Amino acid sequence: MKLLHCPMNGTRPISEFVFGGEFRDMPDPEASTDKEWAAYVHNRNGAPGLKKEWWYHGPSGTWFIAERNTLTEEVLRTYLFGQETAA
Amino acid sequence: MPLRLLKFAFSKNHPAPRFFRALEQPKKSYDVVIIGGGGHGLAAAYYLAKDHGITNVAVLERGYIGGGNTGRNTTIVRSNYLTPEGVNFYDASVKIYEGLSEELDLNLFYSNRGHFTLAHTESAMRTMRWRAEVNKHVGVESRVVGPDEIAKACPQLDLSCSGHAPILGALYHAPGSIARHDGVAWGYARGADRQGAEIFQNTEVTGIDVQSGKVAGVHTSRGYIATKKVLSAVAGFTPRVTKMVDLDTPIVIHPLQACVTEPMKPWLNSILVSGSLHVYVSQSSRGELVMGSSLDPYEVHSTRSSLDFVEGLTSHMLDMFPFLSNVKIVRQWAGMADMTPDFAPIMGKTPVEGFYLDAGWGTWGFKATPISGKTMAETIANDRAPEMIHSFRLSRFEDYELTGEKGAASVGH
Ligand SMILES: Cc1cc2nc3c(=O)[nH]c(=O)nc-3n(C[C@H](O)[C@H](O)[C@H](O)COP(=O)(O)OP(=O)(O)OC[C@H]3O[C@@H](n4cnc5c(N)ncnc54)[C@H](O)[C@@H]3O)c2cc1C
Repeated sequence: MKLLHCPMNGTRPISEFVFGGEFRDMPDPEASTDKEWAAYVHNRNGAPGLKKEWWYHGPSGTWFIAERNTLTEEVLRTYLFGQETAA
Repeated sequence: MPLRLLKFAFSKNHPAPRFFRALEQPKKSYDVVIIGGGGHGLAAAYYLAKDHGITNVAVLERGYIGGGNTGRNTTIVRSNYLTPEGVNFYDASVKIYEGLSEELDLNLFYSNRGHFTLAHTESAMRTMRWRAEVNKHVGVESRVVGPDEIAKACPQLDLSCSGHAPILGALYHAPGSIARHDGVAWGYARGADRQGAEIFQNTEVTGIDVQSGKVAGVHTSRGYIATKKVLSAVAGFTPRVTKMVDLDTPIVIHPLQACVTEPMKPWLNSILVSGSLHVYVSQSSRGELVMGSSLDPYEVHSTRSSLDFVEGLTSHMLDMFPFLSNVKIVRQWAGMADMTPDFAPIMGKTPVEGFYLDAGWGTWGFKATPISGKTMAETIANDRAPEMIHSFRLSRFEDYELTGEKGAASVGH
């Protein structure tokens, strides 16, 4: 069974978690063109590598960030959003 | 041919026939370079030669041909999609498949079985009715059937699914079929090779040379090759290749797993799919039950398979067929599915001149192998995509004109 470390609840089975996609900065909707906005809505960084991702621990309702290598499946660290430096 | 057989019996020398030439080194340049020796890349090479007389073509494959998703899929061929564009496109593919063993002079074990998409809920029944109407409108044989007809076609099925998820009805699709996946790759490879295309295995494309917005060549593990036209047909590797030309796409990679049981006497004629139970199953010509499930739930670029998957899938199989409890699973594996947000492929031209894309085949691309090869060959030859694949163009995303096929995906994702 695969495991993931939740910053609030410790190490739990992966089946308790939901993947929320890569962490991305939203462009300013007022300032961006239709084309830029479409790219933000649809396009993804699909190539493998070390990524900052949103994950959700279902039973406790906790959203957090995981830094994960999508080629090797290694998780470097997990932390609550905004607490990157503390982690 | 009895005389040939007799000669063969008396000969001491029995070389295995080669399917394509074992060429040493790629040439310095080609008219077209195809990245990826899966069914799609090989079919494109075949139709470039056959339909357009373009034979100065190289197919470069980093591993062995058919070793990607082509050789890992559960081989279900059907055209019961949700959008008229989709139904039309996949129907054209089914029609080519029906005559393909003959055309390629190779037995692809193409076997027409009939395909049931089981509905366990009212909302699933609604989607089945919708698909049936769209299919009929385009002229494809699909209809909604009740539990009686399902029981007649497959008396072994527990219609209550062990009481967990009673079956209310199904979408029945008569043309649903299965085929030998490696046969498709090898048949197209031989057909392309015979017409002059060159196939190189163990040859990886490591970079694409773009000069002032136009393709000029490819860097490979066997040196540089000059070319003005490159087709990327690399399924689960697509984001790595589009990165070489700085092209953004919506494609993300999730593993998709499958497994087979030990062989049994034939008992399951139909292809059965259950969206709610996340199962699709058919019995191969070798007697194995070939089974697949839904996507792994998060991005990974790997073909490792997991125990979680087999446990989940087999428990649902037992809901449907309790009598299989003593049957053994003999192999399991995974492929890398190149998923798009609307469950339709991405085909055609790109903003990079001379860079053609055949991708976004996710969990559904085996059935499209012939028609995608044919339409991509046409796109490359004319530098213009045919009308049939207009709805699958990359620019549909910036046009906000998605081609929603999620409701026709085999299992809930
Ligand atoms: C478990 C599973 C079940 C499936 N079931 C079905 C089904 O029932 N019906 C259906 O229609 N579809 C199904 N699919 C989807 C289907 O298998 C694929 O969409 C289809 O086979 C894609 O074919 P392809 O030729 O585009 O890709 P592939 O067969 O993956 O070929 C791509 C090739 O490109 C090569 N390559 C990658 N990068 C490079 C590079 N840089 N240089 C050189 N070569 C490179 C790879 O090695 C690979 O051989 C399933 C997929 C999986 C994984």
